[in-house]
Amino acid sequence: MTVQTVIEAVRDGMQEEMRRDQSVFIMGEDIGARGGVFLATDGFVGEFGEDRVIDTPLAESSIAGIALGAAMNGMRPIAEIEFADFIWPTVNQIVGEAARARYGTLGQMCVPMVLRAPQGGGVRGGLYHSQSVEAIFAHTPGLKVVTPSTPYDAKGLLKSAIRDDDPVVFLEYKRTYRLVRGEVPDEEYTVPLGVADVKLPGDDITVITYGLMVHHCIEAARIIGNEGVSVEVIDLRTIRPLDNDVILASVEKTGKVLIVHEDTKLLGVGGEVSAIIAEHAFDYLDAPIVRLAGPEIPAMPFSPTLEAAFLIDTEKVSAAIRNLARY
Amino acid sequence: MPIIQIDLPQVGESVTQAILEKWLKQVGDHVEKYEPLAEIVTDKVSMEMPCPVNGVLTSLLVDPGTTVPMGDPIAQFEVTTEEQASNNPSAEVADLTVPDRIGSMDLTVTNVGPTGSGGPITTGTDPKEASRQRYSPAVLRLAQEHNLDLSSVVGTGISGRITRKDVQAHINENRSPKPIPHEPESSDQIVPLTAVRRMIADNMVRSTTQIPEAWMTQEVDVTNIVTLRDRCKDEFEQQHGVRLTPLAFALKAVSEALQTNPMVNSVWSDNGIILKKQINISIAVASPKGLLVPVMHGVDHLDVAGIAKAISSLASKALNDQLGVEDVQGGTFTVNNTGALGSTMGKGIINHPQAAILNTEAITKRPVVIGESIAIRSMMNICLTFDHRIIDGAEAGSFVSAVKQWLEAIDPDFRS
Repeated sequence: MTVQTVIEAVRDGMQEEMRRDQSVFIMGEDIGARGGVFLATDGFVGEFGEDRVIDTPLAESSIAGIALGAAMNGMRPIAEIEFADFIWPTVNQIVGEAARARYGTLGQMCVPMVLRAPQGGGVRGGLYHSQSVEAIFAHTPGLKVVTPSTPYDAKGLLKSAIRDDDPVVFLEYKRTYRLVRGEVPDEEYTVPLGVADVKLPGDDITVITYGLMVHHCIEAARIIGNEGVSVEVIDLRTIRPLDNDVILASVEKTGKVLIVHEDTKLLGVGGEVSAIIAEHAFDYLDAPIVRLAGPEIPAMPFSPTLEAAFLIDTEKVSAAIRNLARY
Repeated sequence: MPIIQIDLPQVGESVTQAILEKWLKQVGDHVEKYEPLAEIVTDKVSMEMPCPVNGVLTSLLVDPGTTVPMGDPIAQFEVTTEEQASNNPSAEVADLTVPDRIGSMDLTVTNVGPTGSGGPITTGTDPKEASRQRYSPAVLRLAQEHNLDLSSVVGTGISGRITRKDVQAHINENRSPKPIPHEPESSDQIVPLTAVRRMIADNMVRSTTQIPEAWMTQEVDVTNIVTLRDRCKDEFEQQHGVRLTPLAFALKAVSEALQTNPMVNSVWSDNGIILKKQINISIAVASPKGLLVPVMHGVDHLDVAGIAKAISSLASKALNDQLGVEDVQGGTFTVNNTGALGSTMGKGIINHPQAAILNTEAITKRPVVIGESIAIRSMMNICLTFDHRIIDGAEAGSFVSAVKQWLEAIDPDFRS
């Protein structure tokens, strides 16, 4: 085991897959000599050469479109979008085309590409470097959407995403990049897509979350644990497909659910998880399902005070858990 | 003239309720401020509650013998407008309507609701009523599975809502074997449980079920203290008006040892061990009503003579039923002078929520090996029962040794 940061785990995951499989290549802005804006591809161009580590123009639509074409022709591209805030020009390529290719060609063509992008706030990024984009992509059948929270999961899930034969949108929380450290096995491993993880077992309340929020929820659960309430924290890890089994098993045990995400609430992932629970575990519910999510304003504010107000933190999660415990 | 409401005051910091044993005034009586209004009994003491206002008693809200949560209303008085103004205006009856503790909890919950867009949980326009009559799917399912009448279940959720856990607890309770009732035979006699007896029982059960106890004992050679006391007891009594007892020395020794072993003067909490700054020693006193535990405050600021006076004052208050609120709260450690009862060794039960209790046992003359010879010495056992969550054996040993060393170091020729 080695203790790594999330960004180190992401880098190692890509590096190992590029060494293992010649069809894997990377393209994106400043990923070559510059090593990527977060240094995710630091040293890659030296090891793999300019043919497999391709610096692109500032044109996200073409990054996604070229990756899509290469994937249809047998390659396994990793397309990096520098910040998820700039992912919108790729929507036509990803939602309009990549997601539908297998269905539209009766399974003759698949799109084994990964669209990697750092997302989320808490880094004083303001309107254009803080957005959460998972809900837009997670709505589309044919895509997989992954949101890791720890170095172990980031590496294991990224390797699975690269090996997957369908398009995967891989959203890394940039706030976790250097903040979160964790053990990563030295030996080869993968984490399967579509499987949620019980990060902390408990009996009284289920907290369902993903990404950066996993860490606030675990911290809150530990605090509340000292107050005599046992909290189970589930990390969804994959937003599409959702792991109904893990969600429902936990709800049947606890009867009380809090869903936490950084993204805004309306029509977000929490709404979907909530509906799944209402549809399949209604008889087990002992309290209204509660969602704790970003406020309904168009973007993360730039002012540090307002950014802190926008973001869900440990205190807000703790308050919501206490509220639910009392119900 | 306005009517105001009198609440049961907070007496003792870890006490949440008290039994109102007896009313000392009747409806229609004019009562002066500070006149005794009622006799109340807590698990620490029984005392007379002074009347907080000048006025005419218009109604008693609580029957004698009732257990009342602290802060709940117990009586109403008719008072002058000036008197009312000098009291908390919020205590006015008209403002309070029917006291509803659950209703006020509702407010608390709304206040701590999650920010962001989580929002507080609401249950409709009248959450109190709605919650009592509406059951969650989980509760209904469980009730159906176990053929349970939900009206027999007590709700602990918000606004008295019956939670899934309440139902589960109810089911488990009814499943577990009931205690076998002990039917008295006709020749047996039943001693009714007084309020004090019941409080003692509750406190003992709380201590023994919540605190993992360990205990240890050491022998102390108190020959020097006995010699000193025999020599100057008459002079002491003349000078100070109270008897000089070995207990006064023991309390002084304990106070010194607590200062060098602060963990023994503490309280367990899940957020951390609370080290108490003050050294306030609770002293177990046998009274006609049962065991009482008055508190001697700031023992570290008293000398042996001061402690002897404080013992005498507390003991006579306890025996004459005159202990006030300040005499029973704030204890941080307990000394139990079981030696007075002839006991030579015993394990005390910790005075919850304190961390330890020390028994000082009977002083007996015993042959003791000193060096290579045998001498007749006055010996006393001291036995410490301690909360093993807070104190390990090494710390307990260090504390008991410190008490022993202080007592044995007394100079028999000391003159004050």
